[in-house]
Amino acid sequence: MNLALRELRRRPSRFGVATGVLTLIVVLLLFLGGLTDGLFVGSVGAIRSQDADVFVTSSTARDSFLRSRIDPELRAAVEGVDGVERVGGLGFALLTARVEGASADSDPTDIALIGYELGGNDLPAPPEPGTAYIDERVGTDGVKVGDTLLIGSAATPVKVIGNVSNSNYLLQGSVWVEPSTWRDALAANRPDLQLAPGVFQTLVVSGAGDPAELAKQIDAATDGATSSLTKPEAELSLPGTEQQQSTFLQIIGTTLAVAALVTALFFSLLTLERTGLYGVLKALGSSSLQLFTGVALQALAVTAISLVIGGVLTLGLVAIAPAEIPLLLTGGRVVFVAVGMFIASFLGSVVSLRRVVRIDPASAIGGGT
Amino acid sequence: MSALVLQDVRKVYRSGDQEVVALDHATLTVGDNELVALLGPSGSGKTTLLSISGGLLAATEGTVTVGGQDISGFSSRQLDEFRRESVGFVFQQVNLVPFLTARENLMVVDEIAGRRTPKERKVRADALLEELGLAHRCDNLPAQLSGGERQRVAIGRSLMNEPALVLIDEPTSALDTKLGHQVMELIRSNLKSRGTSGVLVTHDTRMIGYCDRTVSIVDGVLSHDGGSSATH
Repeated sequence: MNLALRELRRRPSRFGVATGVLTLIVVLLLFLGGLTDGLFVGSVGAIRSQDADVFVTSSTARDSFLRSRIDPELRAAVEGVDGVERVGGLGFALLTARVEGASADSDPTDIALIGYELGGNDLPAPPEPGTAYIDERVGTDGVKVGDTLLIGSAATPVKVIGNVSNSNYLLQGSVWVEPSTWRDALAANRPDLQLAPGVFQTLVVSGAGDPAELAKQIDAATDGATSSLTKPEAELSLPGTEQQQSTFLQIIGTTLAVAALVTALFFSLLTLERTGLYGVLKALGSSSLQLFTGVALQALAVTAISLVIGGVLTLGLVAIAPAEIPLLLTGGRVVFVAVGMFIASFLGSVVSLRRVVRIDPASAIGGGT
Repeated sequence: MSALVLQDVRKVYRSGDQEVVALDHATLTVGDNELVALLGPSGSGKTTLLSISGGLLAATEGTVTVGGQDISGFSSRQLDEFRRESVGFVFQQVNLVPFLTARENLMVVDEIAGRRTPKERKVRADALLEELGLAHRCDNLPAQLSGGERQRVAIGRSLMNEPALVLIDEPTSALDTKLGHQVMELIRSNLKSRGTSGVLVTHDTRMIGYCDRTVSIVDGVLSHDGGSSATH
């Protein structure tokens, strides 16, 4: 074991190519992971920011928040379900906005105008009528606290009073307002979608016990008039989200397989080159397991070095990447990539095991006759 | 107790339908503190005999006893253990670990076996290197040593585990005559001073004078020349 690490320390150039290739793979994985998470959070941030266990939509909406309508009568039925502790209305509208006083030639910003009744994890309680919290993403379009946003073609004014983060909806920067402001803006800009007072698209529900069980109880209590989703189900119900996730995860999986292949190829060649040395070490009493442990340890050490260099490079890339690229580098993703790389490189090194086992100690003194 | 006893040992290699007999009913006893030269031409079976004696190859028939241990039926794991503890090797190509210093090349024998503390390993390695006249070269890598110095490090490595038997394969084949004699002198003096037995494979008749006895091998058949030929 010491022998393997000493070789790594004394002959670092021998491992340079493998370290370089694995570093690039780490950068690619972190970048892909960052994009996956960035796109996901950019799509479902508004759902994730809700302090809720269950999202209730009307069953006719087929799990679409935009199509769904929950009237006060249905809401009362939901509130009456055993175990339901807190119920709030939630509604979305995809519109455009322009900062008051901006040049008429400037492009309007795409936004998701969200009306809500309850504060959430990182979401403050609803602001006063006519005011809004905006996601930092909207801020990257030049909108600041204190600005007045003119929503849609009707130019419904809303004053920005604060920022929230990671709360976007379908990759549109979110603008959070209290329900009557949302309802008024919807009526003015999308009369086809306007809702009567008390009507929401969705209800967010907190309650005791298993969320899936609570969702079933709610749907039973409304005689099937509602389709209730747990939070993870609600996140994946947004159009394209699940497909996007699975596509990226497949790319990440393939990249990890490439990492395993690179490790397998490199350490197979290295083992082949060391046949003579391993023959001598076996003659001196080394077991195949001891020698393989050395190979695996070197593979893991090279991976660890690649992870550090790749991590630093990725942080640099994230820092200089344009704000429009939805990159989100989370600790969980870094751990996922690190664990994935360690597993891939260990599996890659296992390919050398057969070769190590087959090395004949007698080869150290020529064997044969 | 004899250091090595080969009793009626055969080694047969199979190549397709053909059988090649590398060692044919070989019987050999190497006594304590005895250095035996095994002399034979290329392909005569001397390396096979050395490999079987050191637990690197299993005999097809016969018994092999080293330091009182019958290793004939040993599993590969037991043979690993046997090589770690009971024999020393000096290889023809020297075969030092290229990225380890002279001292570390000795210490690695104990590292593999998990023997001694790192400090004790260093003390033992330094003592051996000093005996071999290499105290000033202990921190040098093999590439920085001359051929003779490398061979001396290899001798030190073979003695690191205090073996009952050292098996030496053509130690002078890559050295000029003067260096060859120096190395043989070192081998003899180091083995004799420890009471360690040795089998020296060579085809160089000039070197057999350093041994107590010479055994010839031709086509896998041993012939005992008998008598002590040691002149040093």
